[in-house]
Amino acid sequence: MAEPIIQVEHLRKEFKDTVAIADVSFEIRRGEIVGLLGANGAGKTTTIQVLLGLTTPTAGRVRIFGKDFEPNRVEILQRCNFSSAYTGLPSNLKVWENLLIFAKLYQVKNHRQKTDALLELLEITHLRRQITGTLSSGEATRVNLCKALLNDPELLLLDEPTASLDPNIADKVRKLLRRVQREQGITMVYTSHNMRDVEEICDRVLFLNKGRIIAEGTPQQVLNQFQQKSLEDVFIQVARSGDLLAEDAK
Amino acid sequence: MNRHRISALILRYTFLYTRSMPRILEMFFWPVMELLVWGMLTQYLQTGPFKVPGFIKFLLGAMIFWDILYRAQQATTISFLEDIWARNLLNIFVAPVRISEFIVATYCVGFVKILITVTGLSTLAAVCYHFNVLSMGFALIPLFINLLVMGWAVGMVTTGMIMRWGQASEALAWGIPFLIQPFCAAFYPLDSMPAWIRPISLAIPATHVFEGMRAVLAGQGLSLKCVLCAAGLNLIYLTAAALFFRFMYDKARKQGLLAKLGTQ
Repeated sequence: MAEPIIQVEHLRKEFKDTVAIADVSFEIRRGEIVGLLGANGAGKTTTIQVLLGLTTPTAGRVRIFGKDFEPNRVEILQRCNFSSAYTGLPSNLKVWENLLIFAKLYQVKNHRQKTDALLELLEITHLRRQITGTLSSGEATRVNLCKALLNDPELLLLDEPTASLDPNIADKVRKLLRRVQREQGITMVYTSHNMRDVEEICDRVLFLNKGRIIAEGTPQQVLNQFQQKSLEDVFIQVARSGDLLAEDAK
Repeated sequence: MNRHRISALILRYTFLYTRSMPRILEMFFWPVMELLVWGMLTQYLQTGPFKVPGFIKFLLGAMIFWDILYRAQQATTISFLEDIWARNLLNIFVAPVRISEFIVATYCVGFVKILITVTGLSTLAAVCYHFNVLSMGFALIPLFINLLVMGWAVGMVTTGMIMRWGQASEALAWGIPFLIQPFCAAFYPLDSMPAWIRPISLAIPATHVFEGMRAVLAGQGLSLKCVLCAAGLNLIYLTAAALFFRFMYDKARKQGLLAKLGTQ
């Protein structure tokens, strides 16, 4: 059995009167692609933020690569990367300039070759000299992914990476992520509202509702558990009767 | 601290500033406009019915010195805001960058920007008003450094406040230095200020710098007392500002504000 990359024990996060994560425990092993699913406010983005050290937990323990996050922040982040549809790269810089900055931040060796190889892999070599702000959503997403793969991350956190992409580009991105994962054995944590994304790409899913995991397993196991035909139907069922399910899960 | 990561951040700001004409113009536009207005006003005051002797060098010297403090503060805060505006803040904060490295990079960028602005202003002041700031000689160096350090401390406080209260508090980046200006004896001597304000003024490092500058320009030489008072106060304020920034950073992480700020 592969080693655990992420170990989360009884994670809890409160914001004033709101409980974003009530009590979440899970483990993600090397090479897995795990989808964090749930309706808005389920706690998936907060979980990602805690894993990245952007938000500190109220209680619980987070270990990444077998190490506690806070005392090993820089070392852990050196081995991770992140991409989100909701972040961008400075728009008035050229694509290669943005990538050069991040290659240097992550101290990537032979960064020129690495960048060229990734641009080719993502089929965006022709965008190298283009101003980032002039890219289409699909192109910007692929440049973001290029940035996220620069340091050969062992752990990649993806927050809705295919949001705002047309089905064709979204499909390309999914296939590409699968391929990168196969070739490099990257562990991925993936959040998305697009259930097709999740069914296609994730080995395992964690269904969150009101800050708790209410279902866990392969997409097929989750379908069986909820007696539904698609994860989208599960999603709707959970969203509409979440309180009940959360109670059952206790 | 890792110099490679600091240089990467500096490279990021170098690209940003050299690729943007408005950002380059911003380094000169307001300082030059101020210099022209103040210069012409002081020329009038010297040659008109008032005939205030040596007024021009005190006022232009103060204006250039004030700009050092203001630009140092601005550089730190604006660098942080640039990442918010570009929605790049999360990319930076999830990279293996220490907060101290981020701050040091903004200081370095600020230092270079100030050198460029001050060189431009000094040249203009020499050409238009025959005021040569370099005539202050070596006294310029400790005074310059003290203003720079105070600007960094104020910049760290304003950045911490923006981190905590979000983009809505962006006005602080421009407003906070002007809260200090009336009390730091920039354009008038400490003796001319009301007695009740003086203790407040003396607690500001810049007051000692401006007093020192006036003494040098009046030919009295550099007062060691002024330099030491400014340096001592700066040491206290810079430490306090760093602690304040750390406190705000931790608070922002605790309340999830950093993530919000990065995706606004």
